[in-house]
Formats: sequence, C-alpha cells, structure tokens
Amino acid sequence: MARTQPAVDIRDLRITFDTDGGTVQAVRGVDLEVQPGEVLAIVGESGSGKTVTARSILRLLPETATVKGAVMVGPENVVTLDQRRLRQLRGTAAAMIFQEPSTALNPVYTVGWQLAEGLRAHGKYTKKQARAHAIEMLRRVGIPEPDRRVDDYPHQFSGGQKQRIVIAMALALDASVLIADEPTTALDVTVQAEILDLLRHLRDEFGTAIVLITHNMGVVADLADRVAVMYQGEIVETAPVRELFAAPAHPYTRKLLAAVPRVELVERVAPPEAATEAVVEASGLEIEYPGRLGRKGFRAVHGVDLRVGAGEVVGLVGESGSGKTTIGRAIAGLTAVTGGSLRVLGTEMRGVKEREFRPKRRELGFVFQDPATSFNPLLTIAQCVAEPLVVHGVASSPADARDRVDELLDAVQLSGGYGDRFPHELSGGQRQRASLARALALDPKLLIADEPTSALDVSVQARVLELFEELQERFGFASLFITHDLAVVDRIAHRVVVLHRGEIAEEGTAAEVLGAPRDPYTQRLLASLPVPDPVEQAERRAAFVALGGSAS
Amino acid sequence: MSDTTSVPTVQVRPPWWHRLPIIQQLRQSVGLQRGMLVAGLVITGIFVVVAIFAPLLAPYGFNQLRGPDGLFGAQQPPSADHLLGTTVGGYDVLSRVIWGAQTALLVILVAIVLSVFLGIALGLLSGYIGGWFDRITIVIADAIYAFPSLLLAIVAAIVISGGQSSLWGGIFAAAVSITVVFIPQYLRVVRAEVLRVKSEAFVESAKVVGASNARIMFRHVLRNSTRTLPLILTLNSSEAILTLAGLGFLGFGIEPSAAAEWGYDLNKSLSDVTSGIWWTSIFPGLAIVLVVLGVTLIGESLNDLADPRLRARRKPAETPGQAVAAEQPAAREELGEVL
Repeated sequence: MARTQPAVDIRDLRITFDTDGGTVQAVRGVDLEVQPGEVLAIVGESGSGKTVTARSILRLLPETATVKGAVMVGPENVVTLDQRRLRQLRGTAAAMIFQEPSTALNPVYTVGWQLAEGLRAHGKYTKKQARAHAIEMLRRVGIPEPDRRVDDYPHQFSGGQKQRIVIAMALALDASVLIADEPTTALDVTVQAEILDLLRHLRDEFGTAIVLITHNMGVVADLADRVAVMYQGEIVETAPVRELFAAPAHPYTRKLLAAVPRVELVERVAPPEAATEAVVEASGLEIEYPGRLGRKGFRAVHGVDLRVGAGEVVGLVGESGSGKTTIGRAIAGLTAVTGGSLRVLGTEMRGVKEREFRPKRRELGFVFQDPATSFNPLLTIAQCVAEPLVVHGVASSPADARDRVDELLDAVQLSGGYGDRFPHELSGGQRQRASLARALALDPKLLIADEPTSALDVSVQARVLELFEELQERFGFASLFITHDLAVVDRIAHRVVVLHRGEIAEEGTAAEVLGAPRDPYTQRLLASLPVPDPVEQAERRAAFVALGGSAS
Repeated sequence: MSDTTSVPTVQVRPPWWHRLPIIQQLRQSVGLQRGMLVAGLVITGIFVVVAIFAPLLAPYGFNQLRGPDGLFGAQQPPSADHLLGTTVGGYDVLSRVIWGAQTALLVILVAIVLSVFLGIALGLLSGYIGGWFDRITIVIADAIYAFPSLLLAIVAAIVISGGQSSLWGGIFAAAVSITVVFIPQYLRVVRAEVLRVKSEAFVESAKVVGASNARIMFRHVLRNSTRTLPLILTLNSSEAILTLAGLGFLGFGIEPSAAAEWGYDLNKSLSDVTSGIWWTSIFPGLAIVLVVLGVTLIGESLNDLADPRLRARRKPAETPGQAVAAEQPAAREELGEVL
C-alpha cells in the first residue's frame, strides 16, 4: 500500500473528553492512513468516534478534549503544533466540509466574499485576485454562471449548490486532504448523487485525499476506495471497499451490512380493497401556508388525491419540500386544510373545530421524526406512554394506567424496567420504540409515522422497522408511513405514493412503483439511490448519468 | 448496541437532595466558578442568618434611643457601648445595620414571590395563547421597560402608602414597586421559553393525543420553561435590594420608628461625611454592597454553570478509579454535546 508518503497518517490516537459524568474515552487507539488521491470512508454508528477521529486531523476539537498519539498531515504532527502554525495548516493542507451546508455559510455575506476570506486569511491574494480565484473555484464545483453568482447570498442557492460552495471553500487553497463529515446527509438523494459525483471528480482530477465520514453504506459503496469500520472508539476492520462488502471479516461489520435496507421488491399482500372503508380519504387536497403581510402564501400541497384503507400501509415518499410531512400533519389536525377535502376517520378536516375532532383522536396515533424531542424530558417513559390513556379517561392517573403501559412497553420490547427511566436515559432507537408504544396506547385505527427512522443508525433502524411490521400485523392498524428512503418504503408499505412538489407523481403497489416506475421523476429518484454494493452501484451510476441526473 | 441486547441496567440515581437546584450546581462546579459560588453562598447565608436572628444578635432595638444610662447621644464614635457608634438621630449603628438585614430580606421575599407568580402566569398565557392577548401584554411590558425603574418605584410607593409607612406598609410599598418593574422581565423570559417549548415535538404529540390546552400548558410546557428562573431570581434579588435602598435614600422608604432600613440611614448620614463622621455611612453602605455582591456572585456562577460551553470541568485525574470509568465507551448523549 505504501506508494508514497501518506497524506494523513494517524498513529495510536486516543481522545478523551471531560464531561459532567467524568472522563469519557471517545477514541481508543486508532491507526489510520490515507494516501493522496484516495477516498477513505470511516463508517460506524453515532457515538463510535468517527467524527472525532476525522476532526482531529484539523484539531477541531472542543476545549474539553485531551488528545494523545500522533496525527501526521504531510510532514507535520497536528497534535503538537502551536496555534499559529495550526491556523496556517488549516485550509492549505487540510480542509473540512460540514454536514449542514445551510449553517456552514454565513447568511449576511456573499458567497464570493466568504470564498475570498479564506484566501485573504492566508495572505497570498489581493482583493481582485481573490475574486477571480473565487469565480474559478465556483466554476470548478459546477455552479452555473459563476461570474454573476459570485455576488449572490447563500439563501439564493439551493441546498445542493450550497454544499458545492462549501466544497469550493474547502478547495480554495488547494488542500491536499478533504474531510467530509456526512456531506450528503442533509441533502435529497438526487442532489446527493451529484455531490458524490463532484467529490469523485475532485479525487480523480486533483488527487485530493478525501476522508469521508458517513453512516450511509450506499454512499460508501458509491465513492469510497477503502473503508474503516469504527465501533466504540476503535477501528474493528479496514479493507478495500469491494472486499469489505463481499467478505466482511468482523462480526460487527457483518451485522452493520445486514441491517442496511435495500430495494428488493418484497410483495406484501394488501388487505382486499373493496371490503375496507377508507380511514383517510383526500380529494383535491390543498394546503397553503399563510404568507407574510402583503405576500402570497406558500402552497405546499395542491390537488392531492389519497386514500388509506383500513389495515393498509401506505408509504408516502418524496424529497424535502415535496409536502409529505404537511399532508401527515394535516391528517393529524396540526396543520389547517385550505382547499379540497380531507376526510379522516369520517370527519371532514377542512374547517374542523378542535373540539369536534378531539374524540376522534383516540383512534389516531402519531410517531414523530426526532425521538430526542418527542418526549417530555421531565416525565418518565411510563408517564409519557400513559398520557393518551389519561387524556381520554381510560385511566385516572399514570399510576393507574401502569398495567396497560407495561403491556405496551412489552409489545415494543422495552420490558418493565425501562418505564421508570427518563427519556434521556434511553437510546434513540429505544425512544422511538417507546414512541410507537405511545402511539398505539389506545389501539388506534390509523398510525401516522413521520420519518420515524431517519434519525436512527441503520442497525437500529432495521430493528424499529421490524417491530413496526410485527405490530402492524398484530394490531392491524392502517398507516401512513412518511419517508424519503425508498428502501424503507419497499420494506414496509403495501402501496406507495410518490410526491413531487406538492403533487402526486406516481401511485401504485410497492412492486409497481419501485419495480417498474413510469414517471420520470420516480425513475430519477430510484436511480440516484445508491445501493450498498460497490459493483452494482458502478453500473447504476452509469444508468443515472444516462437519465441526465448528473450536473457536473 | 445495547439496543438489541436489551438488559436494563439499573442506574444508581444520586440521592434526591443532590438534584436540588443549588446543591446540584455546587457539586458540579470546579475551580474559580466553585470559588465564586461558595463565596456567594457564604455571604448570602450570613445575611439570611443575621436577618432571621436579628432580635437576638442586635444589642439594641432598631428604634431604641435610650439605654439604662439615658439617651445614647447623637453621632457618638464607636465605643464599648456602641461598637459602631451612633447616628445623627441617636440610634445605635450596629443595631440598625443588623435590623436592616431583616427588612431587606422581607422585601426580597415579598417582591420575588409577587413577581414570580404573576410574571410566570402571564408569560405562560401570552406565550401559549399568543394572538391579541400576547400583543397587548407585550406592549404593556415594553412600556414599563421604557420607564426608568426607580421613577416607577417612587410612583408605586406614593400610590401605595402615600409616602408615610409602617413596617409592613413600607415593605409592601417597596416590594410592589419592585414587582411592577420585575414582572416584565419574568414575562419576557418565560414567554421566550414557552415559545421555544411550544414548537417541540412532545407538545405536538400531546396535541395529537388530544390533551386539553390547560393540560398541555401546565403538564408539558410550564415545567420545561422554568430552566433559567433560578438565575433571574438571584439577579433580581440583588436588584430588589438596590431599589429598596434607592427608595429609602430618596426618602420614600420606611420610617425609622417602623423598621431599620439601610438606604434611609445612608441618606441621614450624608451631612456627616463632610464633618469626618465616617461610621454612620460606611456600615450601612457596606451592608448593601456585601449583600448585593453575595447574591450576584451566586447568580453569575449559576449562569456560567447552566451553560455547557462556559462550565469548567474536572480534568482527568489519573487515579485507578477514574481510569476504570474512562474505559467505558462514550455515551451518545455525552458526545452529542461535543460533536
């Protein structure tokens, strides 16, 4: 492997954090090497220390961290460098791409100014030269009309373009190492494909070494040359990407790969349509968010016809801004319906009074996206799960409901002991299971799940999905499952509805929509979804380019 | 991956008193922040003890003018009989300072109790209900903000007691005038927190479940919105003392025959300063400064400790016990604060 001097060489890195609960070892003896022109992916679940390891390359660590070992960037050891030299190194030798492009850019300056700032900080350019260079960088990352757009502000760019600009900033000083911390997690799949394309292009053209941190095995298969798997602060396995996917050596790697959902077109027998009455029926549904004074409102959903029969799981798929969450919230009565008709459990939601709908609420459950915020932090899990029972008068107090709560927690495989814990004492997956228990407390006819697994690690996601399937079969509730992940929909849903800019692009059984998509948007969506298999992904990438998805 | 092998490990909870507001922070603090907090707690502790046991500690009554040997005499320098001398009115300075602590404590308590309850209730309602009620409350609060607070306190004092006052009349006049100034602060802080909490998923979850507005407000929103209150509480206590002293100094305080009040004593000692009589002004002034300092120290260190970015933490001590603790892998929540 040792062709030349490695771009980054990490030796026996140990990082500890001083926290309120004492010292925590986040990284425990990591050895890593990145060659120039190589993409090294660090994968692992949250808390495995992958971000901390990558950030140590720039020593971008909080004050509470203590670093031991050596991190060689080129000839220099970052761990022992003084502040001045470290600042010179940042940007010129190694640079960082952040996860959320919209917060990595300063909203009050033009992108050109921000690009030039990095150049001027290292003192090599005059104002004019810096501007010319900024335009050049924008062109290189594929921003159309760079000489005009250099004076635009961040909010005038789309999410994908913003991420391109962040990459341009990272590249502005010809950094030889690029650290990309979940660079595509906040982006839609079609945009993600473009950004991955750009990163691949950079590696090939400029020989940039890229350290890619991600939890998405599809992204790894698409971009990485070599993969390091981290688990609890240690590297358990390092292997070239094809080897790793073909023959994972470590049991943890095997488990991780097995948990990744794939589009496999499992046919799930839907309940016979004719026999069931509709739980949700929308016709010509329109939802408009009111605009500011004197401005037109934003119409998030227009003219959507949707039907969820009893006992049926409908997957609602779409990219961000497609209106999928808005529809879910409207069904739960959290957002007002402004046009058309939406009947939920026999009640017309257009212009409904909360008082009239309240009795119906016991037949409706809702699972929220972020398990961290969906529980009252001051109540125990048992009290939270008992809440619907108490509100609807089934039990007089949380203590009175305890038997039923224990039953429910049992059903989601959180045995009695968890009930007395507080939400922050549970992991994300456990909280999401408790959230399911709360949604099912009153044995509802309809369950709305709004991206219930997108905040979870893949291994945890697999378990929550499994549980969802099992409970659905057992209780037979109808469900609207909102997600952006086609692989998840494939696994869960009887029927799939694809939303695009507030309208339905395609609708049908899971096999029809995912197996033989007719709508070009669905086709593009499917093609840009990276599969967790490097060989297959290379073929699919060619197909995606053929569909005109690539922009760079 | 404790997620798949779900064996609930019983965590040892610290005893309940470790989770009380100030005690918890005291245990958490280190270094300078701990020093500030301890100093503040000691000073405030002494102040409270003195205030409670004033009848036992003070050698004379606050309005006592004569002892067994007749009148004390005005402006007597410190002596064995009068450790800190006597004032121009012929009162014993030490006794006045000690009794003054009691008045100050009473004013703080009444002012805080009045403004906390009203302020929180208004903040909760205006934050949660919003709309016209919110707008009107906020406009009134802003109007009060725009007034110089001491001027407002003077107006309140005149309205309540007509300028003349007994002990409780004076205390309430001072407390209510302070309350008027403080309510907008509590209102603003609680309202901001309520607005934040209101949009959290767990409140929406309660809405979806069908909980009534009152239940959502009191069970879910209120308790999650009071995080910063201990901090404002301490800072406002010191402001309350200053306002009381200011009122007394301007002559809107409590009559010397009704209670001892530091601001009043300072006012009366004004003319003494130029004639070299230092003991009448130094000691009441010192009392005000010390109490404000003590309470402010608590407030400031609570502020630092509440913010994870400002909070100092123990450096890893290389003991075997800590080394064992350090071998445990990083918990997700603990890293979450850092990443």
